[in-house]
Amino acid sequence: MASQDEIFEKVSATLVEALNVDEDEIRPASTLTGDLGAESIDFLDIVFRLEREFGIKIPREELFPEVAEGNNPEFMQDGVVTPKGIDELKRAMPFADFNDFEKDPRMTEFSNLFTVKMITNYIQDKLARGGR
Amino acid sequence: MRWIWLDGFTAFESGVRARSVKNLSLAEDHFAQHFPGFPVMPASLIIEGLAQTGGILVGEKLDFKEKVVLGKVLRAKFEREFLAGETLEYDAEVLMIRPEGSTVLGKVFCEGKCEAEVEIFFAHLGPSWSKSDAAPAGNDENFVFSSELKSFINQARRLDNQAKAKAGSV
Repeated sequence: MASQDEIFEKVSATLVEALNVDEDEIRPASTLTGDLGAESIDFLDIVFRLEREFGIKIPREELFPEVAEGNNPEFMQDGVVTPKGIDELKRAMPFADFNDFEKDPRMTEFSNLFTVKMITNYIQDKLARGGR
Repeated sequence: MRWIWLDGFTAFESGVRARSVKNLSLAEDHFAQHFPGFPVMPASLIIEGLAQTGGILVGEKLDFKEKVVLGKVLRAKFEREFLAGETLEYDAEVLMIRPEGSTVLGKVFCEGKCEAEVEIFFAHLGPSWSKSDAAPAGNDENFVFSSELKSFINQARRLDNQAKAKAGSV
């Protein structure tokens, strides 16, 4: 079973290829969009590359869920995710670190949940469950 | 302006591989400026031709229900320039097809020699995109596989049927 360091190294190598960034730019806390310049099309590319690299299947929206405003006022109001919405997101993304997002739960901050560490956590959990 | 960067298919195997041909004619407008006295086919237009070949290959496999659009060029390597007067063959091979996207390996052959390789990632836009702002107004509902490309699609299907019939008769 791969250690977290080994998984991080492979995730970094995947991001170097997918986003054309230098390896030394990649830290566990790096955000894909803000720090590494990922665009929407890159997320799908990253998912496909991770599947190949780790031999796993990543169902649509499991790693990078899409959250749209206006779907449910219980979860979001005026561009801010409600406490109930945050609970829902935590259930959908148990591998993400919500500490900063809880302090500033504006939708504009949502993409900052997508960090290198988040991907590493997700892959580690996935591998522990035999890729399921 | 017509946006077709291949002249026709020469081979088509559904969901697997396709080959098209592109004659580089000095009559094409872009050669006047790219470059005066040295008519080089822009690499971006060669990639577009490979993407049209690969996009039709993927689209046909999905029964043209998805809009297959060039999302990203994953890798591109050109060994040389291609000049007006040359005939290029675009070979597209499916590497992966998933509901959300696909990848295709494209190769450019000239006089039988592979001179360029490009790996292309396509995003598949579902039916909800049909009425979106991305679709040009008044055009076919599937703005990717427009009526202009449909003639190629019919040609591709004919070639695929011929190949299947030939395989069956051996």
